[in-house]
Amino acid sequence: MQFCAASDQSLLVYLGNEIGQTAHENVLRLLRSIEAASPPWLRNLQPAYCSLLLTFDPGKIAHDKVEAFVRSLAQSFKKISPISSRTVEIPVCYGGEFGPDLEETSTLLSLSAQSIIELHAATTYCAYFLGFAPGFAYLGNLPSQLELPRLSTPRKNVPSGSVAIAGEQTAVYPFATPGGWRLIGRTPLTMFRLDRDPMGLIALGDHVRFRPISREEFLHSEHA
Amino acid sequence: MTSLLVESPGFLTTVQDFGRPGHGVLGVSASGAADTIALQLGNRLVGNPPGAAALEMTLTGGTFGFPEGAVFALTGADFPAALNGNPIAHWTSHSAPPASKLSLGPTANGARCYLCFAGAIEVPLFLGSASTHLLSGLGGFHGRALRRGDILKIGAPIAPITGRTVCPDALEKLKRRKILRVTEGPQKSWFPEAAHRVFLESTFHVTEEANRMGLRLSGPSLALVHNRELVSEGTPLGAIQVTPSGQTIILFVEQQTAGGYPKIANIIGVDLPSVGQLRPRDSVRFQLASFAEARAAWLEQQDFLQSEKRLFA
Repeated sequence: MQFCAASDQSLLVYLGNEIGQTAHENVLRLLRSIEAASPPWLRNLQPAYCSLLLTFDPGKIAHDKVEAFVRSLAQSFKKISPISSRTVEIPVCYGGEFGPDLEETSTLLSLSAQSIIELHAATTYCAYFLGFAPGFAYLGNLPSQLELPRLSTPRKNVPSGSVAIAGEQTAVYPFATPGGWRLIGRTPLTMFRLDRDPMGLIALGDHVRFRPISREEFLHSEHA
Repeated sequence: MTSLLVESPGFLTTVQDFGRPGHGVLGVSASGAADTIALQLGNRLVGNPPGAAALEMTLTGGTFGFPEGAVFALTGADFPAALNGNPIAHWTSHSAPPASKLSLGPTANGARCYLCFAGAIEVPLFLGSASTHLLSGLGGFHGRALRRGDILKIGAPIAPITGRTVCPDALEKLKRRKILRVTEGPQKSWFPEAAHRVFLESTFHVTEEANRMGLRLSGPSLALVHNRELVSEGTPLGAIQVTPSGQTIILFVEQQTAGGYPKIANIIGVDLPSVGQLRPRDSVRFQLASFAEARAAWLEQQDFLQSEKRLFA
């Protein structure tokens, strides 16, 4: 565990160096134990692949005391089981108007569109963390055959529900936002809605699978 | 019911309060007012709690009708204002009779002006806050900037105050800073000594790409020691990221909650409201502060903001 003051009101705790299950489980364990302790000075917790950013009220505490608090929890947090048993299935209509980058992805990877779909849908992903926009889950790891850099020029407007890939990650855009990932399909599901509990379809630590569906099925189940 | 009629919205006007910290696990950034000092003083001028929901106007103000009248205050950037045709002052609470019209113009100084009402703006809360999150279209008034013809609801004031003014000395003490103080960022060692010197000794300028999510600056390029990939990590408010081409971006209130660009520095908490008043083409300089200095400045400002006597006349 390494500590680094990130701002005058936040502390980064590093729990690993590379994206993977080991660091992820350690981040989840620490997150759950801090949530359970719920100290009064805590303003926010932002988990990521290998780190947890703690934001605190500087009127109540300083970095050294926050670090001591995290160290004290670390004595026991190995006992917490962070593993989620939940698997979320996301139906996806791949290619065509819904996946405008599938064709170029196929050319760049020298793989048929069908092989890309099969590889993308055959993997169980882990929701490492949520960020960028409400309900945007960073899912990994993408099969290495599908790894490509981001688009050199991000789109100004990615349609909501777009299923995208970038590096060793994949994700579903919950909202129409700008975005630089490659769009290979779209889900008819609404990823984040205020009138649902929980609001987000994918939660931190979930297992996620994608299921290919036809255009007809997409249009039939839109906005479910 | 007291209503607020939007006759013209101005360039970009949204409902904002102190935001919704604490939902990073859901990927939700805190959002909230860009200049929290101006919001807080505006609310306290009219007898509201400091973080009550108000209108945040950007660069150019709008025109608003108060069919039933209202008690209000204007704070932040000095947008010229007239109530029923008569110029009125900022940083003081006013009472508008029924069928009043408030018109605001553009400013050349600062970026954001707050219009606070006794009783506050009432909108459905999203995760406990009235703040508009423009990127996702959540919160605030239908998740978007105000448009002509919108009718908003003003809550029933508990104890409206009129004729209260922020003291000139307090305004002077809380005025926005031209030189923003920063603490060292988590990737400070990724930058050579020379890049740190350039960062602290150069004048940067705010580009047109400046909004509630972040402010892209133009200025000298900051070279990295090596082109390592940073594993995406949580990004604090006010983080100063450096892109692979060496350009700097300040992450702001509607920021993405995590990112993979190295961060050379971070603006200290007390200077964040000054970022909310930066407009395109403004110049920006940075000055290094220790974490202890940043904390002392925060505690001192909090203490100052506690004192009604020193703030208001």
